[in-house]
Amino acid sequence: MKQKAVSTERRLNRWGYVFVLPFLLVYFTFHFYPTVYTFILSFTDLRGLRSDFTLVGLENFAKLVRDPYFWGAVQNTFIMWGFNFAPQLGIALLLAIWFSDLRLNLKGVSLFRAVIYMPNLLTAASVALLFRSLFAYPIGPVNQFLQNTLGIYREVVRDGQVIYEAFNFFRNVTASRVIVAFIQWWMWYGHTLIMLMAGITSISSTLYESALVDGANSRQTTFYITLPLLRPMMLYILVTSMIGGMQMLDVPFLLTDMRGAPDFKIRTTSVYLYNMAFQGRNDYAYAAAISIGIFVITIILALLIFFFLQDRSELKTHVAKASEKKGGKK
Amino acid sequence: MKSRQSALFIHRFICYSVMVILFVLAVVPIYLLLINATRSTAQINEGLSLIPGNNIAYNWNALTRRGFKIQQGFYNSVYLAFWMTLFGVYFSAMTAYGLHVYRFIGRRFLWGLILLVMMLPSSLSFIGFYQFMARIKLTDNYLALIIPTIASAGTVLFLRQYLSSILSMELVDAARIDGAGEIRTFNTIVLPIITPALATQAIFSFVGSWNNFFTPFVLLSTESKATLPMLVQKLRGDIYRTEYGGIYLGIAVSIIPILIFYAFMSRYIISGITMGGVKE
Repeated sequence: MKQKAVSTERRLNRWGYVFVLPFLLVYFTFHFYPTVYTFILSFTDLRGLRSDFTLVGLENFAKLVRDPYFWGAVQNTFIMWGFNFAPQLGIALLLAIWFSDLRLNLKGVSLFRAVIYMPNLLTAASVALLFRSLFAYPIGPVNQFLQNTLGIYREVVRDGQVIYEAFNFFRNVTASRVIVAFIQWWMWYGHTLIMLMAGITSISSTLYESALVDGANSRQTTFYITLPLLRPMMLYILVTSMIGGMQMLDVPFLLTDMRGAPDFKIRTTSVYLYNMAFQGRNDYAYAAAISIGIFVITIILALLIFFFLQDRSELKTHVAKASEKKGGKK
Repeated sequence: MKSRQSALFIHRFICYSVMVILFVLAVVPIYLLLINATRSTAQINEGLSLIPGNNIAYNWNALTRRGFKIQQGFYNSVYLAFWMTLFGVYFSAMTAYGLHVYRFIGRRFLWGLILLVMMLPSSLSFIGFYQFMARIKLTDNYLALIIPTIASAGTVLFLRQYLSSILSMELVDAARIDGAGEIRTFNTIVLPIITPALATQAIFSFVGSWNNFFTPFVLLSTESKATLPMLVQKLRGDIYRTEYGGIYLGIAVSIIPILIFYAFMSRYIISGITMGGVKE
């Protein structure tokens, strides 16, 4: 009798393969194989309309580490990601603390949150085109606002005379980078706010209650309860935002000339990858090397973040938890 | 006591001021977009306005005359997003159920794989994927966009977490005793139970594929297959240079469906963001 029950269960468990088969087939054909193929191509000379290639060893990588345009793109990506992430986390954190403050008891929070999250769902390509139009030269809405409402012009001295002109934002490196960072911030800080608020909600309310009984004020509860306990969530946001930031593509790609104008200074690594693979020489092999370069940089950064920002004690509890889980499931 | 009250008042005043500024910052670009989509180029050049114009039909003609096939692009985007969502959500639910219910060899390995894949940046496989598609002649085919969604690691992760919190095995066993096959049990008993999670994932995957510009842009070459973001991208070109109203209208067309959708579903969407990510 018992024997039969066991064999029935074994027979049933075989159905597991049927259920995961579509995933496995598609994963190995359309995700895993292309990843391996990218690795292989990065060691070849595949280029242009040809489909045959020969192995050239580490040639592409040797070129990559000495390519000033690649490192320039890495630098651009970091600068624009940083100028978006710092205000993104800062403002979202400030708002999350305000909204969870019972003494402040702010009204209209859910409507506000719904509205500032909205840009996150919009098509990034359309948003890029929209801001391209808004900051257009010479008569985009931003220039019109600056001139007609605020009376701000760009002053140019030409032949000894002062001429008042509209701003040509996309000719200026700093302005262009700030616009990209602004768009990224505009699209993502609502998302970060929602994550942080969820993190605060999951902090046990008894902590706040006992702090209140002990006579702690808002500032003390923020610095001694909320912020320390939000640390894992902030770490998670930092890592996911960094991984996403390294993939930044649609906005810097479409905002100017698809090559990161002005002077390639808003060209991110992903835009550079596109430029190499699908424009001009169609250097697929080099583009494959670039994508592996991006991947390696991302991994190194993620490890550095975990190594430096994760509490040692936190790390220990994580490890303990993980081994506990493993033991428990066995 | 009184000073504490006034301190609270000032604090609240600062909070509300910041909220108003951020609110305006979120709304103004979209508002300007919608307004300018209804104004002629001449009106737009005259200056800013917060009142709609009456040139929407003119702008529409200016756009469509220049080969901007809005209806076609709209249809293509809906078609693609529909199939990508259906395939992604159904097969992810299947995978999640398989991982949750059955104890088979390699199950732990597969689960680990899914967690690992979540962390890999999509650009890593892109060149290989493109070359592979070119070799099997699928580059200009919607299948190259639809089939890969069958393996959506993020959706599997989310649905499995949901399953483990809500599905009772007694229900599954009861269906088995009643003689239902395993696939039938999944389709008729399990799927209805996890509908809320399926809906959440469907929303995000629909919006995600609606917004996806890059993959279709690289893969598709036939003009009649272009999606809306691919059409919007064309507004950068020279032939629209003088048609500011038309450009705004073209951008607006790709954004308005999401705005309407969001207006009705915002509560659901916002609670969905944290459903998968936060809980352990």
